Amino acid sequence: MAKDKLIDLINISKKFDDQYVLDELNLYIRRNEFLTLLGPSGCGKTTTLRIIGGFETPDTGSVLFEGKDITSLPPYQRNLNTVFQKYALFTHMTIAENIAFGLKIKKKSQSYIQDKIKYALKLVNLDGYENRRADQLSGGQQQRIAIARAIVNEPKVLLLDEPLGALDLKLRQEMQYELMRLKEELGITFVYVTHDQEEALTMSDTIVVMNQGYIQQIGTPEDIYNEPENAFVADFIGDSNIIPSIMIEDRLVEILGARFPCVDVGFGQDNPVDVVIRPEDIELVDPEDGIIQGIVTSVIFKGVHYEMDVMANGFEWLVHSTNMVPVGTRVGIRVIPFNIQIMNKPESEDEEAVVPDE
Amino acid sequence: MNKKWLSYPYGLWMAAFIILPLLMIVYYGFTTKDGSFTFSNLTQIAYPDHLKALGLSLLLAVVSTVICLVLSYPLAMILNKKSMNQASFIVLIFILPMWMNFLLRTLAWQNLLENNGVINGVLSFFHLPQIHIINTPAAIVLGMIYNFLPFMVLPIYNSLIKIDPEIIHAAYDLGATPVIAFFRIILPLSMPGVVSGITMVFVPAMTTFVISDLLGGSKVLLIGNVIEQEFKQGYNWHVGSGMSLVLMAFILISMAFTVKYDDTEGTGLW
Repeated sequence: MAKDKLIDLINISKKFDDQYVLDELNLYIRRNEFLTLLGPSGCGKTTTLRIIGGFETPDTGSVLFEGKDITSLPPYQRNLNTVFQKYALFTHMTIAENIAFGLKIKKKSQSYIQDKIKYALKLVNLDGYENRRADQLSGGQQQRIAIARAIVNEPKVLLLDEPLGALDLKLRQEMQYELMRLKEELGITFVYVTHDQEEALTMSDTIVVMNQGYIQQIGTPEDIYNEPENAFVADFIGDSNIIPSIMIEDRLVEILGARFPCVDVGFGQDNPVDVVIRPEDIELVDPEDGIIQGIVTSVIFKGVHYEMDVMANGFEWLVHSTNMVPVGTRVGIRVIPFNIQIMNKPESEDEEAVVPDE
Repeated sequence: MNKKWLSYPYGLWMAAFIILPLLMIVYYGFTTKDGSFTFSNLTQIAYPDHLKALGLSLLLAVVSTVICLVLSYPLAMILNKKSMNQASFIVLIFILPMWMNFLLRTLAWQNLLENNGVINGVLSFFHLPQIHIINTPAAIVLGMIYNFLPFMVLPIYNSLIKIDPEIIHAAYDLGATPVIAFFRIILPLSMPGVVSGITMVFVPAMTTFVISDLLGGSKVLLIGNVIEQEFKQGYNWHVGSGMSLVLMAFILISMAFTVKYDDTEGTGLW
């Protein structure tokens, strides 16, 4: 496992204006991994990326690259390349000159450079754009050029700082698949920064959820979605019902006065916990079949499903279902044990649920 | 589009104070005193004295422009690195002298540089050797640099703050050392500022007669002084206008050279 570590961040702390942006952060990135740093703005994800890229120096801690300490190495001596949020193309050069920039510095031969430009433009589906200028391209095209400019240098790691943030939804989804394809073809490590949970879930091998300078959870998209470790993660990734509850004993939890069987163990007895139930995991049944009874208070059609609010035992349950239940209907609520996720109560502010501001 | 009339006052101003005088200069430049057409006013530039004045003007203007550029670029870069507040303050200090009358400032330099002026007074107090640069080209260059420096700093500073720092980061990211990033990214992107700075220093330096009058005495004659003398002492508006036209053409050609340089700059460095 240790052999697989490409980048290792050890005890990284960074302060801006006496405010901790990163606090004792530890994280390693494996070879050929698509790792996403996910969190709301100000969570420290971009700072982490800039520390890896060499644009920021951590106040404490060190950055290891293939086991070597690169903490104080300037960006131009690091074997990685960055795709910047606002593309940062060289506006006074043609597309070909932009892509050739890194290769010319490395004194590659003219024919090698020409081949690389052709290859890179083909890879990002922009053949024949050599002689255009950056400002003649659309946002999506500029972003592809920024990616081409980075990958011709054959970096071991590509750092991407919210590269799709400025694109519209349709283009963003297209580019997500493009990036995944690129990652496959190049076989290199991607470190991706985003505040878009859907983007993170779609593309990543590993997601690192961050908030207020701390890592909240590291895991596969499935882990993060299905088994959030705290209220912040549950709330930030997708919609969820987070309900204060009491863990009666192993495999039994009392939610709003009603006892639900669950699969979690090791949370003690009669211990206050938080329960996460995804809206699509709630079954609305006849009142007598439910564990809790409530009344539907609102129904909104969302395309793939209906979004319904059900008032039950003093809590407004968010329910997603393809079956519509009219407002005012008395219903029973049922959740299969596997879909009830138990979390410890937040120990600090950064673990509390927040409504993301972006 | 309907707001076109808003430009009428300026159009009127331009017609009255730019186009009309220019036409009059062209008229005077191509006629003799009795009104007949001639090229002789223009060819007067070829007189050895006049050529010498033109050559000296060109030399001093180029020297002043180059020194201004060498002083300004690093200063503009330092300003660019400062926070907005600090930079504004330094820029303010820079343009503060410009709030004082231009003649007054140049007269002050005369006082400072005179053989028994302030600087030599201080030097002799400390038993140091005297400087004798008043009434020499050196004094004129000093005066030009002093007066025109802000016109070089500000456009360069303006073009530098427009460069997205992320673009420079991108250059570093692609392996450029700070030196390479400067020559291939920062300098080419700041060329518009450099060109406008050069124009704003070179043109007035080329045509000045006040600075050369006050700091050069009657010993150093620039082309501006020659033209001034034609108008004020010789009362020969025709020759004065003719030589003004030659000077204008000369400046336009020099500027065209700069613009051409600017155009090729982006790609030329490769």
